[in-house]
Amino acid sequence: MQHATSHNFKNNAQRALGDAQLQRALGHVKKNFVERRAAAAARLPEFEALRDHARDIKNHVLENLDVYLERFESKVVANGGQVHWCEDAEAARQTILRICRSVNAKLVTRGKTMIGEEIDLNDFLEANGITPVETDLGEYIIQLRHEPPSHLIAPAIHLNKEQVAEAFRAAHTDLDPKRALSEAPALLAEARARLRSRFLAADVGITGANFLVAETGSSIIVTNEGNGDLTQTLPKIHIVLASLEKVVPTLEDAATILRVLARSATGQEMSVYTTISTGPRRADDLDGPEQYHVVLLDNGRSRMLGSEFRDALRCIRCGACLNHCPIYHAVGGHAYGWVYSGPIGAVLTPSLLGVEEAGHLPNASTFCGRCESVCPMRIPLPKMMRHWREQEFSRHLSPPAARWALQLWAFVAKRPPLYRLVTGIGARLLKMGGGRAGRLRSLPFAGGWTAHRDMPAPEGRTFQQLWAERGRR
Amino acid sequence: MSETPVRVGLFVTCLVDLFRPTVGFAAVKLLEEAGCTVEAPRAQTCCGQPAYNSGDRADTRAIAARVIAAFEPYDYVVAPSGSCAGMIREHYPALFGDDPALQKRAQALAARTYELVSFLTDVRGVSRVAARFDGTITYHDSCSGLRELGVKQQPRKLLAAVEGLRLAELPGAEICCGFGGTFCVKYPAISDKIVSEKTADIAATGADTLLAGDLGCLLNMAGKLQREGRLIAVRHVAEVLAGMTDGAPIGESKTG
Repeated sequence: MQHATSHNFKNNAQRALGDAQLQRALGHVKKNFVERRAAAAARLPEFEALRDHARDIKNHVLENLDVYLERFESKVVANGGQVHWCEDAEAARQTILRICRSVNAKLVTRGKTMIGEEIDLNDFLEANGITPVETDLGEYIIQLRHEPPSHLIAPAIHLNKEQVAEAFRAAHTDLDPKRALSEAPALLAEARARLRSRFLAADVGITGANFLVAETGSSIIVTNEGNGDLTQTLPKIHIVLASLEKVVPTLEDAATILRVLARSATGQEMSVYTTISTGPRRADDLDGPEQYHVVLLDNGRSRMLGSEFRDALRCIRCGACLNHCPIYHAVGGHAYGWVYSGPIGAVLTPSLLGVEEAGHLPNASTFCGRCESVCPMRIPLPKMMRHWREQEFSRHLSPPAARWALQLWAFVAKRPPLYRLVTGIGARLLKMGGGRAGRLRSLPFAGGWTAHRDMPAPEGRTFQQLWAERGRR
Repeated sequence: MSETPVRVGLFVTCLVDLFRPTVGFAAVKLLEEAGCTVEAPRAQTCCGQPAYNSGDRADTRAIAARVIAAFEPYDYVVAPSGSCAGMIREHYPALFGDDPALQKRAQALAARTYELVSFLTDVRGVSRVAARFDGTITYHDSCSGLRELGVKQQPRKLLAAVEGLRLAELPGAEICCGFGGTFCVKYPAISDKIVSEKTADIAATGADTLLAGDLGCLLNMAGKLQREGRLIAVRHVAEVLAGMTDGAPIGESKTG
């Protein structure tokens, strides 16, 4: 995962388009997620107003991020926990390793965290002799398959049951190889049995956070499997791994955003489990970790804060933009070549890895605007993708042929008499090329178009020619 | 309709100018029937989207400044395209953040700029059209018109007034057709995948004619339908509303 393949997006996409199994899996995304979100939004009359409110909360936080992060830290410390400020992925990895080594940890359970993917935590822990076990079912499956998530909230959405069974047989070699694994309940039971022993044996539990609450020093996670609760309450140490824009001022604010989160993500009113953790176990608590650590990751976010990409920091990782994106529907998450996919990936990945690595992603968009229309935080995703294109253009990173064509076109478009001359000739030539059919099957310099579709021929004269002939102004 | 005729500057759009002047004349007819006087300033070329969406802000601004100057004299600017009208209306003002005078002019023009069909219904109060079309059509909602300008019910309302016309709604009508301007030639395989699903949906409606309000999308869908050998005619919605369907559909010829 450190080795991003975003620069290879075109080839990744080509492979994805030819993968029949993947294409079947993507069919579920574009139907089920879309319908469920629409139904959930329709059931809540104040949904649009809530989106505005959620956006405003996060905007306020981003204006005052330093204040709320410091308030959060002081509350965590007052509760008996610790906050570790980490500027980049390496700092976060080393901090986590140090905490694990302080208790001589051998086994670490993990709740779902995209930040863990972003800093490539599993490979790092393994390289340091610590076994990480993902406890979210989807994450567990892709961990066994050694692949990155293909979706923000449904990391294994690209797989079918047979592929999961195959991964289980390859990994769980102590079980009877002839066992039946063709049905989902059998797969679930096997994963549950396997994970249960790990929950109990783990020395450290690492979760992400959907929210960090400044007024209480709490972290909040939402899951549908309850795995997060077991990850954070059973081991001796709970580490919360979160990026700094997750902070919100109050529990009330978190509750407001929660109302749009699950509805936008899965169409649920609430996720099944919403778990609030506030510090380590207190003297009279019946359970809970002995230590509570928050690893706060920047990794480029404070740079985004001062840039035209600030609005992307409102993202709550619901996945609605992926679920409604025609490009994501066509190629799936892995084609994007790193951790974040879909429209938000097209904005975040260049921010985090550089536009040199990820320049394809903001270009691979039709600007259809469906992502922005469903984003619960009203992030102007197309506008931000356009900002990346502007950076590429001004830094001369876009392909020379495309630049050349664009500048030629702009030269003509800025000169109306020349434009009329060129379009007049073009209309005639294309009309001739279309012949009796009225369309062209191939066209020089337009192979991208005519490889897949015909080019309708023009009517032959331009509007401006005909308009002038009629003596009109 | 109103007493003093309103002066409309027709923003023809470069695609209509080059590929399908009939759409421009259909727009003129509809606007005149709605009590407008129509002019098509000769200084117009393109709205600048190819530059804008390729990140070339300097050329975009230069082109936008010309459009603003050319269309300032009119009461309204009307384009037979949600995409180009959306560009002027939603994006021009933001181009001139560092030039307050030009920004003010951009904002003033933006506020008077409309997509053709929504202008007819929402501004001119048109609810009837003198047109007849014998056939079953299906309608694709082009993205910019739909999501930037809220054009959804307006074309359906006027199409319902066309004698003889039946509408078979297109499932997924709000999903992009995969055109996306330069996107379709920069990422042709992905664009093809998207438009293939669109043409399959179009064919499944059983309609004999596909309509939409943006020529870019129409060229894309027509080209794909024809490559697939599907016998579905493709036209701009204005042609049907104006009763100007004597000429060949997009990508066909009368002799062909």
